[in-house]
Amino acid sequence: MLYREAGQFKTSYAADMAIFPIRQDRIALILLLLFAFVGIPLLANFQLWPLGSDYMLRAILIPFLILSLAAIGVNILVGYCGQISLGSGAFMAIGAYSAYKFGSGVHIPLEFLGTEISIPPLPLFASVMLGGLMSAIVGILFGIPSLRIKGLYLAVATLAAQFFFDWVFLRVKWFTNYAPSGSVAAPDLHFFGYLVHSPIERYLLCLAFVTVFALIAKNLVRGNIGRQWMAIRDMDIAAELMGIRPLYAKLTAFAVSSFIVGVAGALWAFVYLGAWEPLAFNIDRSLQLLFMVIIGGLGSILGSFLGAAFILILPIMLDQVPHALGIPVSVETVSHLVFIVTGALICYLLIVEPHGFARLWSIAKEKLRLWPFPY
Amino acid sequence: MVVFGQFLEVLIGGLLAGVLYSLVALGFVLIFKASGVFNFAQGAMVLLAGLALVRSLDFMVARGIPTWAAIVLALMFAAVVMAITAALIQKFVLGPLVNQDGLSLFMATIGITFVIEGAGQMIFGSDVYPLRLFPTDAWFVLGGIFDGGLLVSKIDVWGGLIAGALVAVLAIFFQRTKTGRALRAVADDHAAAESVGIPITWIWFVVWLVAGLVALTAATVWGTKLGVQFSIVFLALKALPVLIIGGFTSVPGAIVGGLIVGAGEKIAEVYLGQLIGGGIEYWFAYVLALAVLLVRPQGLFGERIIERI
Amino acid sequence: MLRKTLAVATAAAAVLSGTAIVFSTGPAMAQNEQFIPRLVYRTGAYAPNGIPFANGAADYITMINERDGGIGGVKLIMEECETGYATDKGVECYERLKGKGPTGAAYFSPLSTGITFALTEKVPGDKIPLLTTGYGRSESRNGAVFPWNFIAVGSYWTAADIAIQHVAKELGGIDNLKGKKISLVYHDSPYGKEPIPALEARAKLNGFTFKAIPVTHPGVEQKSQWLAIRQDRPDYVLLWGWGVMNSTSIKEAAAVAYPRDKIIGVWWSGAEPDVTPAGDQATGYKALMLQHPAGKFAVHGDIEKHVYAKGQGVGKDTNGQVLFNRGLIDSLIGVEAIRTAQEKFGKKPLTGEQVRWGFENLNLTAARIKELGFEGMLAPMKFSCADHQGADQARVHQWDGKEWKIISDFYTADRKILDPMVAEYSAKYAAEKKITPRDCAKES
Repeated sequence: MLYREAGQFKTSYAADMAIFPIRQDRIALILLLLFAFVGIPLLANFQLWPLGSDYMLRAILIPFLILSLAAIGVNILVGYCGQISLGSGAFMAIGAYSAYKFGSGVHIPLEFLGTEISIPPLPLFASVMLGGLMSAIVGILFGIPSLRIKGLYLAVATLAAQFFFDWVFLRVKWFTNYAPSGSVAAPDLHFFGYLVHSPIERYLLCLAFVTVFALIAKNLVRGNIGRQWMAIRDMDIAAELMGIRPLYAKLTAFAVSSFIVGVAGALWAFVYLGAWEPLAFNIDRSLQLLFMVIIGGLGSILGSFLGAAFILILPIMLDQVPHALGIPVSVETVSHLVFIVTGALICYLLIVEPHGFARLWSIAKEKLRLWPFPY
Repeated sequence: MVVFGQFLEVLIGGLLAGVLYSLVALGFVLIFKASGVFNFAQGAMVLLAGLALVRSLDFMVARGIPTWAAIVLALMFAAVVMAITAALIQKFVLGPLVNQDGLSLFMATIGITFVIEGAGQMIFGSDVYPLRLFPTDAWFVLGGIFDGGLLVSKIDVWGGLIAGALVAVLAIFFQRTKTGRALRAVADDHAAAESVGIPITWIWFVVWLVAGLVALTAATVWGTKLGVQFSIVFLALKALPVLIIGGFTSVPGAIVGGLIVGAGEKIAEVYLGQLIGGGIEYWFAYVLALAVLLVRPQGLFGERIIERI
Repeated sequence: MLRKTLAVATAAAAVLSGTAIVFSTGPAMAQNEQFIPRLVYRTGAYAPNGIPFANGAADYITMINERDGGIGGVKLIMEECETGYATDKGVECYERLKGKGPTGAAYFSPLSTGITFALTEKVPGDKIPLLTTGYGRSESRNGAVFPWNFIAVGSYWTAADIAIQHVAKELGGIDNLKGKKISLVYHDSPYGKEPIPALEARAKLNGFTFKAIPVTHPGVEQKSQWLAIRQDRPDYVLLWGWGVMNSTSIKEAAAVAYPRDKIIGVWWSGAEPDVTPAGDQATGYKALMLQHPAGKFAVHGDIEKHVYAKGQGVGKDTNGQVLFNRGLIDSLIGVEAIRTAQEKFGKKPLTGEQVRWGFENLNLTAARIKELGFEGMLAPMKFSCADHQGADQARVHQWDGKEWKIISDFYTADRKILDPMVAEYSAKYAAEKKITPRDCAKES
């Protein structure tokens, strides 16, 4: 009843091709954005439930937003272009360390040329973006094998990127500005002259990034390039016969995906962790991101958010439920149970809906269209 | 001569270490061959088998059962645990997921990994449990030719012997037994196999059981080497490059891949690592695998990938 | 279709009820309670080492409650949060626990160098002290730059310096170090890298050749490292491992016939889980002690009487182990800091900022240590605004196949070498983070 598009006539091609062609979707999106940009800061300002303490912001919403962004990046590669990658953690790391280097000043001595490359410390926004760019460049390099290697073989091959960069950031002291321990700390977050410090400011910063990139991604995937990606995903040989260049399509997917993942990595390091080491971007992070896109729904921007919420929040919730209910069980039992329940739920979801939450959502929309009088 | 001796020592050590990776990789190959599932849970299965083995062994030894009998009983107990695991996985996860694409199946096995890690530690404990089934010291051979002799670690030799025996047993199983032949039929085309009357769910259970027993074998060696503890699950990551180099579908490939990875990464670590900073062996195996894939996208021994439109 | 609907319903119900439960106001807290959060890891790759430490720390706090009824009448409440040694999980735990109790967390003790680095950035904003007993950033000894970090009892630089002193003693004098070869086998992480600057400084000073050999996390495969050692034949090997890496190192050393009594581990490599998996091969292996040995002392009697006899406590199986005892010391320092702070601020629940004052003015004299039941485990120590470490001493013990035997007296780290390093690195940190160091002369 509420969700019925009867009477919404598209009178121009532009209207027909809009990102959100259904009016109810637009309204819902605007309400959601309003709530995210205005409602949550208000709640936090007046310390209302559930934002009474900054736990919700700092430990749930900020990591959720950043990981959603990363999941969008991974989804472009895995969900839209069909190239399975287990190296997303490495691209987050590249984004984080490059942004750190650009933020603290790049200095490359080239003694054999008698010169040196020196870039003064860049403002934060520029360094985060350059971090994404570096990640995109490396992404293209590691995407080249995808022209020859396919499927799960490619997935395992991308692990080469994962382990190689784990090692690079551990071993090459230049990346950590010769910190004795190899752990680096993020600089203060000055965005366009404004110091982002309190949790709510950090939240808004992440939210702005995520909103912009989600819109860009949504636009990309419905455009020419997105259709090329999907053609490659569905059957690359057939796509090639139709005149799509696999080289171009696959490498752009790698570039765009790595860029977004790199930006997410920079945010993860700068905004969430504050100080980090390569272990923060290890193989577990890559698997976590892959889970997010598969549980959320391959080939769906909305699915990236749903998957990120599920995979991030579920273990945190499960971990706290026994204590909140006052059930006296030890932390190791809880932790084991969290493992078991998470693993079992993942298997269960893969069985009942292999296409993820996004598919469930579209089924729900179909039903809502007919509700309350299904035929 | 000294330099050559040292090189030989690294080479031998590497080859033998590689065979130990093959022990883990074999389990992957069996399951991929028969059901197209890329089983990430193999490392967790090694952990589970090892925990079941060492905990029941300790339990029985503490109650005065003679060691040899306790070892036999513990091995049987661990085998039963692996059989139950195989049955549960087949019934509740992979049975319902039949005909899904490879990625979903792969992710499901990661889900299984979580469950096994949690349940295994919850039931058997998360401490480190020493296991001593094989000698862990070393021989120093050819002392006459090389100063100080060439180091050959005994447990690695044991591992090599066991891996060899395992491959032989598997070969006989695949070639000579009815179940083995049915298994190969299922691997070729499970729909066709089912239509000629092969009980496909039973066959898949057998595959997971065999993979579980391979995991148990790996656990005896690795458990002795490391002590049975959680870190054993990381072996899965060491086995993956072995798998790619050998090809996902080839049992001999897993052994050859292991030899290449083991020798390659040890030589790289000892000789190249000194130049560019140590710790390169973790990624070196993967880069090696990537290089092999660029030449042969199906691995050295894998079946050719034929694509049709 | 029914199954899908069911799936949606389950997922939604789970998340919603979870949210409701977790974010509803928890059980009402009595007002006269001091909250102590405990970041622990009882599962995962490092659990064998994490469990005894967590047990010791928890049982000491239980004992204080049972024996004394808390500190100055204020009952201690603790809650554990499982980090699994992962930095992001540690940060989540920190955010979860920092505001609990009537006055918030008294202090945090994460037992992970990675989490320590991340929390170092967060504690100044939340005004909560970070207690890192024997681990963490070595330069955080400088309280002027790191007001909230307390690297109590010893840093990795202290450990490195004392390890070299012990080697010198075994060689018969500091001059005999000249021309010797010492290799460091380390866990390739901030934890393992910390001692390198101190060892390099010593190498330059005493004229030995120093070589660092990394082992990738988690350290299950070390054949190439030990083959390289066999070929290189260093006079001593220092071991900076954690978890499975330690026992694997000892086994590989045995396999290449490197004498175990030439290996000296840091205090995090010298506990029971590190040697028992290696069996007889570990006999002769030496490790530093963070002052305290394994075994039972006066305080253990109190714990047995007031905790285990009443059927409480979690660490009965690990009682008296090296890491259990270290957990006791960790909690002891935290509890005594709270007690010290109560003398100034009154016997009531204290905020993190007040507890910090307690840390900075903590003075554990020999008499006080004896009174607390820690005689033989701890040498006197005194914190101040400028010195957040409080002690510079350590001993060495050796595994004889059954138990750890103390084989040396107390060594004192050479602050003439280490203090300039602390000053240099903390100044670098201050410059990077634009911190104006406090003037400790003005603080009372």
